[in-house]
Amino acid sequence: MPSDSDSHNEWDRVASSAQFRDLMAIKKVFIVPAFLFFLLYYFLLPVLVGYAPKLMSTRVIGTMTLAYVFALSQFVVGWLIAWLYLKAAARFDSLAEDILEDLNRQEPPA
Amino acid sequence: MTLALAIFAAFIASTLAITFWAARRSRGASAYFAAGRRITAWQNGFAVAGDFMSAASFLGVVGLIALQGFDGFLYAVGGFVAYVTILLLIAEPLRNTGKYTMGDVLAYRLRPRPVRALAAISTLTTVVFYMITQMVGAGALVGLLLADSGVTYNQAVIGVGILMMIYVIFGGMLATTWVQIIKAMLLSACAVVLTLLVLAHFHFHLLDFFAAASQVMYQQNGETVVRDFLQPGLRYRPPHGPLDLISLGLIFVFGTAGLPHILVKFYTVPDAKTARNSVVWAMILIGSFYVMTSVLGLGAAVIVGPDYVVTHGGTNMSGILLAQTLGGNVFLAIVSAVAFATILAVVAGLTISASTSFAHDFWINVVHHGREAHSGEAVLVARIAALVVGAVSIAIAIGLGPTSNAGILGTFGMAVAASANFPVLLLSIFWRRFNTAGAISGMSVGLLSALVLIVAGPNFMGIDAANVTGAVHHLIQANPWFPLENVGILSVPLGFMAAIIGTLLSGEPDAEAKFNELMVRANIGLGAEKASGH
Repeated sequence: MPSDSDSHNEWDRVASSAQFRDLMAIKKVFIVPAFLFFLLYYFLLPVLVGYAPKLMSTRVIGTMTLAYVFALSQFVVGWLIAWLYLKAAARFDSLAEDILEDLNRQEPPA
Repeated sequence: MTLALAIFAAFIASTLAITFWAARRSRGASAYFAAGRRITAWQNGFAVAGDFMSAASFLGVVGLIALQGFDGFLYAVGGFVAYVTILLLIAEPLRNTGKYTMGDVLAYRLRPRPVRALAAISTLTTVVFYMITQMVGAGALVGLLLADSGVTYNQAVIGVGILMMIYVIFGGMLATTWVQIIKAMLLSACAVVLTLLVLAHFHFHLLDFFAAASQVMYQQNGETVVRDFLQPGLRYRPPHGPLDLISLGLIFVFGTAGLPHILVKFYTVPDAKTARNSVVWAMILIGSFYVMTSVLGLGAAVIVGPDYVVTHGGTNMSGILLAQTLGGNVFLAIVSAVAFATILAVVAGLTISASTSFAHDFWINVVHHGREAHSGEAVLVARIAALVVGAVSIAIAIGLGPTSNAGILGTFGMAVAASANFPVLLLSIFWRRFNTAGAISGMSVGLLSALVLIVAGPNFMGIDAANVTGAVHHLIQANPWFPLENVGILSVPLGFMAAIIGTLLSGEPDAEAKFNELMVRANIGLGAEKASGH
């Protein structure tokens, strides 16, 4: 960890390094679309249930309504996002480790 | 109900044993507040689930589905999807940049004293709403179960209160975590057995079960009505229903990620990767539990019937009555004891998050400018705070008594968290320009608008019809000023707007200069708090 006296420069140097900016870019490419998709998919449920109750009352399987099936699909989609994120995060971790290793090599911990 | 008492006593005995084991291992602040940061991913996943699946879930949500069908299920969906927000945006940066509380993250690059003071106030407000929820659940359970054995509501509340104070004061976060892990296991097991019993009742023909749920018969205004519990619209009707539904969604998706007792759990693990994995564990547990609540709720509607529920303890008792109908008194005893354990574990989690925030944010960092006057002061103050929080919540719970649905009460705390905590937490992690003025205005406006709108809304204001049994009583006998029971649609944007406007109206070069430090630390874990040794 950078010491207190020259800490600002040190943190800024890491923040502006190409490696760190790559990591942030890769994270953004996954997290931003994933979160926006999640918001869209989730809020579609209350919006449709609220404003299109007739449509959502359509029977799909037996007496099961579209509303119910859509609500259950939220669980599947949530788990799917979590699984995809775990896979993406393995990559984030290895990039973060590379950055930390380089830092340790340049400035061995006291 | 001697069996219920015996099972309950067994749970208490084992949790007290854990507490004394934890008390012997706990040395120092990191051990007391964060379990030494040595909890593993699956353990923390169970603990988060145990902390989150409160009386509001097991009693409240099942009850909402049992009386209002599909609309009640939306509470379950919201409770689950909220963890996507925590997973993608909050858990890892929080773990890497904080020490014990949400206030740590805010104080990282903002002026610590004002933001910590406000963070402590909004933490305590959220916790009080949650505490009331749990106590109402406990009270309703006692009313149904222990009345014959001579235990009164007041005695039960005092008992629950004293037990949770013991867990928190002696065992700290380690004992609380293990109480939550055991409770999550018991609760999940109970839900699985009860779900199987419901499905067995229909000889595992799912379509028959749903056919029955599509025509539930009950009394309404003196007439027998038949309603389709798989269709939306039994709770949320026009003109305001759709807005209320969207509002509910906002409260869940942003509020859960601002709940202080959930956020503190991510400080108990060794690093950000473990925090992430623990969220996924929690999502598996909470998700499967909530899918089962729909079977339990609809099962209660079909097998027990809304009329019986309303006249035998009210909406919160739906799941318990279902257990009695399907499994007899033995199963009733087991399920009730687990429901009690649930309340106990959640109350312990709430108490430790409140006392941590008070001791760490307010006492040490606001009053004493970040230094302990003598070593061990923070832990001592937290123990005293736990005692006070416990005593106050016992008093409030006794004052209130079991009145409304625990699931709905739970959403009030979540509304405060969504409006006051989440906006500033998010902006502080992701917006370079964000500053102290923005945090202060965001938290104050979010907190006040949520509180005012909740009190002015239909849950607090309303005119009670005369002589309707099982109806909710309103504290203020007047027509509501605010038409929605979920205030998030207005209070969340207000919280965000105040935070953004406050920021733009002022400049704070120091806060901006420290953003690189926060960003590096949040994303690669450089300088993050380490797990402690033995």
